Amino acid sequence: MLCDVCGKNQATVHLTEIIDEQMNELHLCEDCARQKSAQMEQQFGLSDLLAGLAEFEKPAKEAESISLKCSNCGLTHADFKKIGRLGCGECYTSFKKYLGPLLKRIHGSNQHMGKSPLKVTKVLKKKIDLQDLRNSLQKAIEQEAFEEAAKIRDQIRELERKFSQEHSNDTEEKDGTK
Amino acid sequence: MGLNDLLNHTSEWLKGTGPHSDIVISSRVRLARNIDKLPFPHWGNKKQSEQVLKAIEEAIQRIDYLKPTTVFKLSDIDSLDKQFLIERHLMSIEHAQKADNKAIVIDEDEVLTIMINEEDHIRMQVMQSGFNLFEAWNIINKIDDSLAKELRIAFLPDWGYLTACPTNTGTGMRGSVMLHLPALVITRQIDRVLAAISKLSFTTRGLYGEGTQASGNFFQISNQVSLGHSEEGIIDNLTGLIRQIIEQENQARQAMFSKNQAVLEDRINRSLGILRSAHIISSQETIELLSMVRLGADLGIIKDIDRRRINELFIITLPAHLQKTENKKLTSIERDVKRAELIRNKLNLS
Ligand SMILES: [Zn+2]
Ligand SMILES: [Zn+2]
Repeated sequence: MLCDVCGKNQATVHLTEIIDEQMNELHLCEDCARQKSAQMEQQFGLSDLLAGLAEFEKPAKEAESISLKCSNCGLTHADFKKIGRLGCGECYTSFKKYLGPLLKRIHGSNQHMGKSPLKVTKVLKKKIDLQDLRNSLQKAIEQEAFEEAAKIRDQIRELERKFSQEHSNDTEEKDGTK
Repeated sequence: MGLNDLLNHTSEWLKGTGPHSDIVISSRVRLARNIDKLPFPHWGNKKQSEQVLKAIEEAIQRIDYLKPTTVFKLSDIDSLDKQFLIERHLMSIEHAQKADNKAIVIDEDEVLTIMINEEDHIRMQVMQSGFNLFEAWNIINKIDDSLAKELRIAFLPDWGYLTACPTNTGTGMRGSVMLHLPALVITRQIDRVLAAISKLSFTTRGLYGEGTQASGNFFQISNQVSLGHSEEGIIDNLTGLIRQIIEQENQARQAMFSKNQAVLEDRINRSLGILRSAHIISSQETIELLSMVRLGADLGIIKDIDRRRINELFIITLPAHLQKTENKKLTSIERDVKRAELIRNKLNLS
């Protein structure tokens, strides 16, 4: 029997994997088996890391966090801690309280600064413009370019004013649906 | 397009063109995207993954300029072809593992590939030859916008694109650059360089992605952080880092050339000599020797073989490529013999 992965060597290692409650038999050659176990180790390594990062919560909250469940996909917070993967996009909202600090520890930030799917851009674009302006203001101040800084400050005020006006009669387009 | 058509085609990343192509093999940008509300591949059932596959396939069909792409269902591809796609850097090793409703979309030029139902519903990548991260980003950004018009993408304004693993949340973007750094390896400076890279929160991988070892002096460097910076910002940072590494590799090459020219010429020409005359050769030895020959071509020590021919040899000598070229299964020793024959033919042409 040939190896399931490379299809080139004799399979000498036989594994059973359980995916989606289905048993899969995997026949691997020695090389691919080694690679596979390295991968698994890495995945476990990562989920351990994620679990470790999530351990910062106070013990009193532990019970509450463990029973927390995503209403969309059924993944529990305990599942997440075990496998290091979320179950669906809604999980991010379901576990918001715990994911915020976790994302911050992984990325050093928990504020998205990148692009967005087209529908949400209106609100977000302004947010990003605002953040960009604040960054350039910071830079201008650091470089003691105070005339430039004053100009940027005025732009920021103008944008903030517009933003809060529109925001009051425009409930946030938040969920990326169309 | 069938998979066999790719055999007679030089992959974009092997063309040996583009800026700094003496040191930078290829640049690529990958985006992870998921459909709103549907469970991620590892958590969904068979019916849900089927729904995902169908939705994405239909979306692609509605985008005009994606018409020349071909969708391959992984269940229809045999293990040799899977290995073939991995060798061409069109598919991840993880995607080859058995699971329901996986597919891969490939365009004729092998610039764009979209993996469906990998770790996320959509993992798309755009590859460019040489040091060309911004071009890769521009292309994939446009494709991403088109897909976002057709599909509801899981996204939160504060946290960006929502991915199965929180290490990809935010932009869902990974930019990677494949570098050939023989001089830094030979002069034993590479560990210092790699250590510096990891301190700056970039990661280094081998030739075939996560968990693979660097071989033949090839290193893939990519960003680790995906949240808190814009895509352009991430690419800018990565570009700056790569520039510095290119500079260091160039310095190491020049230093070797001026201080140890005879040793270097000896090593390079011996490597070429073995490739031109061996009758049995493993793929590992091939990669290592070709790496030296490529360095020789870059430095003008080898003048009669161009970069493109060397690049092609890197890939057509890999196990699945050899077997597809021969159109039959070969044992390990048969491959080593065929590989040596192929290399002799290609390198003794001139
Ligand atoms: Zn194998
Ligand atoms: Zn969920």
